[in-house]
Amino acid sequence: MEDTPFELGGKPFRSRLIVGTGKYKDFAETKNAIEMSGAEIVTVAVRRVNITDRNKENLLDFVDPRRYQILPNTAGCYTADEAIRTCRLAREVGVGEMVKLEVIGDQATLFPDVAATIEAAKVLVKEGFKVMPYITDDPVTCLKLQEIGCIAVMPLAAPIGSGLGIRNPFNLAIIIEQAKVPVIVDAGVGTASDAAEAMELGCDGVLMNTAIAGAKDPIAMARAMNLAVEAGRIAYLAGRIERRLYASASSPLTGLIG
Amino acid sequence: MAEKTLKSIAITLNGEPHALEREISVMQLVESLKVKLSRVAVELNREVVPKANYEDTIIRAGDVIEVINFVGGG
Repeated sequence: MEDTPFELGGKPFRSRLIVGTGKYKDFAETKNAIEMSGAEIVTVAVRRVNITDRNKENLLDFVDPRRYQILPNTAGCYTADEAIRTCRLAREVGVGEMVKLEVIGDQATLFPDVAATIEAAKVLVKEGFKVMPYITDDPVTCLKLQEIGCIAVMPLAAPIGSGLGIRNPFNLAIIIEQAKVPVIVDAGVGTASDAAEAMELGCDGVLMNTAIAGAKDPIAMARAMNLAVEAGRIAYLAGRIERRLYASASSPLTGLIG
Repeated sequence: MAEKTLKSIAITLNGEPHALEREISVMQLVESLKVKLSRVAVELNREVVPKANYEDTIIRAGDVIEVINFVGGG
């Protein structure tokens, strides 16, 4: 089946799955899981260099920036200012302009601070960043972020790391219908069917971390997610049947033996 | 970690007090941390230092430095 390329910030990608690099046992497992997931875009966090343990391995020695599009995040930032500083630092590492903007508003739910996210997005877009904001599944906010110039909107499906799946498919459907930029479900996916559901709704991509890294067998789950995102995408393009209350026989009603 | 001497320069490095034996450039600081240049970024008093300026940017007493890299995250 013919598909339009998945483009982000003018760059085409084959895989519609974006994966995180947190919560893995070690960098080797991170690397294997990413490979198995088929993802080409990989999120990373920005943190202080460990001054006391200078021989620590570096994530980028395992996740080659020449092979993967590195997507630095602003996880852990609670203000627009912190998020902006983090993005500026991330860009100076030298992996491009793409950033996953998240400004957290609440520690327990990790729901975004919508006002602060919009404020930070405005500044970052002006500074030439390709901003991909993690945001509430609110159609109005997603439109605002699109108007500001974000290259994608990334509504959450459920709280980060919760594995609750797509909590509000109707909001997502509205966001997808309105969006002129790619819609990527970010956060909340628990298993393969959740990822497939997001894609069947018409999302352009899915971003996940915990669902893979936290599985009993992360490598196997990475493969499941790879297949689920692809299956969901093909099902979306294929066009599902209408839901109906009563049966519609699949076998001919004529020619029955008497 | 440099020995504290009378002439040592007190800075804040990644949130911790840190003593330099003498004024050094950002480049020398990064080299002393044994990290690859292509893996880090540096902020000096809340402003990002472009890599092209590492050689010429001298760290002074009281400076607040952040040296960051990428770690696992989602």
